[in-house]
Amino acid sequence: MNTPTQEIAKPGNLQDEQILLTSVDDFLNWGRQNSLWYLLFATACCGIELMQTGGPRYDWDRLGMIPRPTPRQADLMVIAGTITHKMASRVRTLWEQMAEPKWVISMGSCANAGGPFSKFSYSVLNGVDKYIPVDIYIPGCPPRPEALIDGVTALKERIQTYKTFGRRDEPIVLQ
Amino acid sequence: MSPVPSRNQCRGKAQSFEAIFAKVLVRFPATQAGSAPNGARWIAVQPLEMLEVARFLKSDPDLSFDSLCCLTGVDLLKFPTDAKDAPPCTDLACVYDLASSVHGHEVCVKSSTSRETPEISSVESVWGVASFFEREAFDLLGVSFLGHHDLRRLLMPPDWIGYPLRKDYVYPESYGGVELKREGQTFESGPYK
Ligand code: SF4
Repeated sequence: MNTPTQEIAKPGNLQDEQILLTSVDDFLNWGRQNSLWYLLFATACCGIELMQTGGPRYDWDRLGMIPRPTPRQADLMVIAGTITHKMASRVRTLWEQMAEPKWVISMGSCANAGGPFSKFSYSVLNGVDKYIPVDIYIPGCPPRPEALIDGVTALKERIQTYKTFGRRDEPIVLQ
Repeated sequence: MSPVPSRNQCRGKAQSFEAIFAKVLVRFPATQAGSAPNGARWIAVQPLEMLEVARFLKSDPDLSFDSLCCLTGVDLLKFPTDAKDAPPCTDLACVYDLASSVHGHEVCVKSSTSRETPEISSVESVWGVASFFEREAFDLLGVSFLGHHDLRRLLMPPDWIGYPLRKDYVYPESYGGVELKREGQTFESGPYK
């Protein structure tokens, strides 16, 4: 049997690299989850609640949430509002412009499943997850700022276990 | 006096519907007056005469309709007609709500066109705001406005098939590789019944 010291001495050993990456990941994840910059992007009434969460009363900044005007600087995209078919391809483009690692929160019934427009609207997409992968679903029409903060807290727990070369986790549906 | 004239501060003299219609009828003998049981009255205009009528309504000093408040497309499919044994209506129509800030009067103009070749002449050159209204009516009802400088879809994606606000519209099963499954979307079984 090899001792750990002997294993580390072998360059190119996959297991060794995993050990090294895991500890770097831990350090990076600690930074990532405490400086989650989100893309300032809102398409409907849920966006008002998103802005309210960033306002002085709920003070999202204390969690490290800073709004960014460009997807190239953002780690998190909060889909706040109704997504129409015409908008969906734009959402996809914005998501593709974000640098890895990136996360998506689907906020409100519209982004989750089409909401009040799900049955008879001709233009609304039934859930943004048909175009981009979603990490957290927050129910509500609109969700209160507390629910949004709850969603970000759940996302932070997920980021803590993020692996650079790992598989994508299953999405979380908040209750 | 405030810089923006209110309705009773307008410079000119408001005309009644009869007076407006009489003036239009002299120039355009094909126009008709219409009315509904609730008292609404309108001038029905031939679709290809619409641009000429619009120019006249705006430029005539007694009418001076300088503002297009709203342009609405309507699908008249299965709309009840007056005559008993007339064939069921299948027309598409456009409703123009006009107002004059000079005289303080208003009028409603309608123009209906056939479903097979829905063509109405564009009034964009008379009221610039009609540009977006006409794109919307084209997008949702498929009325094509002759002479519009840029008649593209406005609310739906450019490659969308069909005109969603037509009563016989059937929602597509997929768009862009995404399945769009819904129930009760057709005219016969849906909410329009
Ligand atoms: S979920 Fe409700 S509040 Fe949010 S965008 Fe849709 S309709 Fe508006």
